[in-house]
Amino acid sequence: MGIEHILAAIPWDKIIIQTVNGIVTGMILALIASGLTLIFGIMDVVNFAHGELFMLGAYIGVVVLATSGSFWLALIIATLVVALLGAALQITTLRPLLGRDPLTTILATFGISLVLQNYALWQFGPVARKIQEPFTGYFTLFYLEYPWYRLLIAALSAAIIGAFWLFLKYGKYGVWIRATTQDRVMAEAMGIPVPWVHTGAFAIGAGMAAASGVLFGPLVGVNHTMGLDWILKAFIVVVVGGMGSLGGSIAASIFVSLLEAYASIWASPAQAVIVSFVVLILTLLFRPTGLFVPTPK
Amino acid sequence: MSKRSTTVYWTGFSIILALLIVAPLVLPEFWRRFVTEILIWGLLAMSSDILIGYTGMVSFGHSAFFGLGMYGAAAALLMVKPPNLWLAIVYGLIGSAGVALFVAYFSTRLRDIYFAITTLIFSQIFYVIIFTWTEVTGGENGLSFRRPPLAIPGLFSVPFTSETLHWFVLAVVTASYLILRRITQSPFGMVLQSIRENEARTRAIGYAVERYKMVAVMLSGLFAGLAGVLYAIQNRFAAPDFVYFLVSGETVIFNVIGGIGTLVGPIVGAGFFLLLREAFSRFFTEYYLIPVGVIFIAMVIFMPQGLLGFMRRWLNQ
Repeated sequence: MGIEHILAAIPWDKIIIQTVNGIVTGMILALIASGLTLIFGIMDVVNFAHGELFMLGAYIGVVVLATSGSFWLALIIATLVVALLGAALQITTLRPLLGRDPLTTILATFGISLVLQNYALWQFGPVARKIQEPFTGYFTLFYLEYPWYRLLIAALSAAIIGAFWLFLKYGKYGVWIRATTQDRVMAEAMGIPVPWVHTGAFAIGAGMAAASGVLFGPLVGVNHTMGLDWILKAFIVVVVGGMGSLGGSIAASIFVSLLEAYASIWASPAQAVIVSFVVLILTLLFRPTGLFVPTPK
Repeated sequence: MSKRSTTVYWTGFSIILALLIVAPLVLPEFWRRFVTEILIWGLLAMSSDILIGYTGMVSFGHSAFFGLGMYGAAAALLMVKPPNLWLAIVYGLIGSAGVALFVAYFSTRLRDIYFAITTLIFSQIFYVIIFTWTEVTGGENGLSFRRPPLAIPGLFSVPFTSETLHWFVLAVVTASYLILRRITQSPFGMVLQSIRENEARTRAIGYAVERYKMVAVMLSGLFAGLAGVLYAIQNRFAAPDFVYFLVSGETVIFNVIGGIGTLVGPIVGAGFFLLLREAFSRFFTEYYLIPVGVIFIAMVIFMPQGLLGFMRRWLNQ
């Protein structure tokens, strides 16, 4: 059996399709994970409710789309509403916990996620809702009619992440956020209103989760348990990418999603999830500080 | 510790035990089952208290141990004829010990929040495996089986009634409580508590912290598995829902509500939670988690010690 035999046995068409699929889900995941990383980096809060904010974003998208008919309006309103909700949640539940053991925040946000998830079940019922794609063009990718919308998701996610990165790098409030992440006490001493920076960062993270929820909504049905699948993936990505590292979690999002996409060529999607678990285990074994961060000295 | 407070402690213990022994004789069927269930969930919560309360590691993956205990018991009851109660317990413990070994080996490399996240992810691994491996685990439907008789080979064999089941569960839970209490007061338990207070210093003194943590996770997993076996015997089925992360979350809730680091607190927490659920499901039907979640958040903020937290020192003496 020669090398050309092996080459011929590789399903190139499927691999290319899955590469595109993997990058699309990877960008969505990166959008969720970077919000999670931002919140974690700045206030040591592991936001268990992040998946629920994603889910609520998608639901608000459904509601606004049904009343106004405009997908873009739905995207903007869902982002703003969930960002406001995030700010309110941070002020009421997380601000009193500042300075306590970080583990208490995981408990509080877990409580929030229970409440939000059941609220969504109560309000919207167990039946999955559908978000209509803003446009339904296709292009041909081998034998598949591949929707343009999926590529648009990837591009939009990348744009949001890029804008967020620029904001952190050059914006006045972005500098505040970075300063608070580096040294909370020193930032306070320099006159930065640290509690409000925390609230703002939480709101931004929540808004990004909501935006990804609306963007992702058209691909699958929107239901009340969708948050949990994504929060698990986001957790894996945050650990694999190196905790608190924004670039690391974005790289890990794409890496893990690509691996899962390739795995689902041969296994069912439910089983392909196991691949990301394996990546996590290997990371913990050989590089517990994260795959995509420089080795700590 | 003073002699008088020891007497008070054991008197209190005996009174509560006596009340629990009498309970099935006076309570109607619904509440009888309810109390048995509180004891089983309490055992699960108590096992997780070893990690949360004594070692300072919050586990969000106890459903894996609990679920594997259930499936282990199911394996014994379905494969071995006639079904044997003790074999079910042994199989369940082996199942949960296997999972616990796996989880302990990998997740104890991480601390604090990362430990919590990895235990959560590990429990989801087992959930996915059990959910998708339909030929062996029955997939979404799970496995159902007959309840084994309460038997000691060569002595007697009687089918379980709801009273004897309650007493059996009570005996197991009481024994587990006494064993766990003894362990937490042993030198080993002291090392665990010193890891909770100051891990770096414990390491500096010369204790192999990682090894202690692994043993703690194993121990906790074994007792959680035992709770799973009891639940399987009570309900005569094993289902993937019980490996799902929500069960782990509830276990943490029981601990926080009841008071961590007290061993009995988690049982009280389980009882309180189940009562709340019972009360609220009258008004909110299946959405009872909305008010319960709000109460939970309020307790995390305003009452981090939990219901029994004020007695923590006294209960551990």
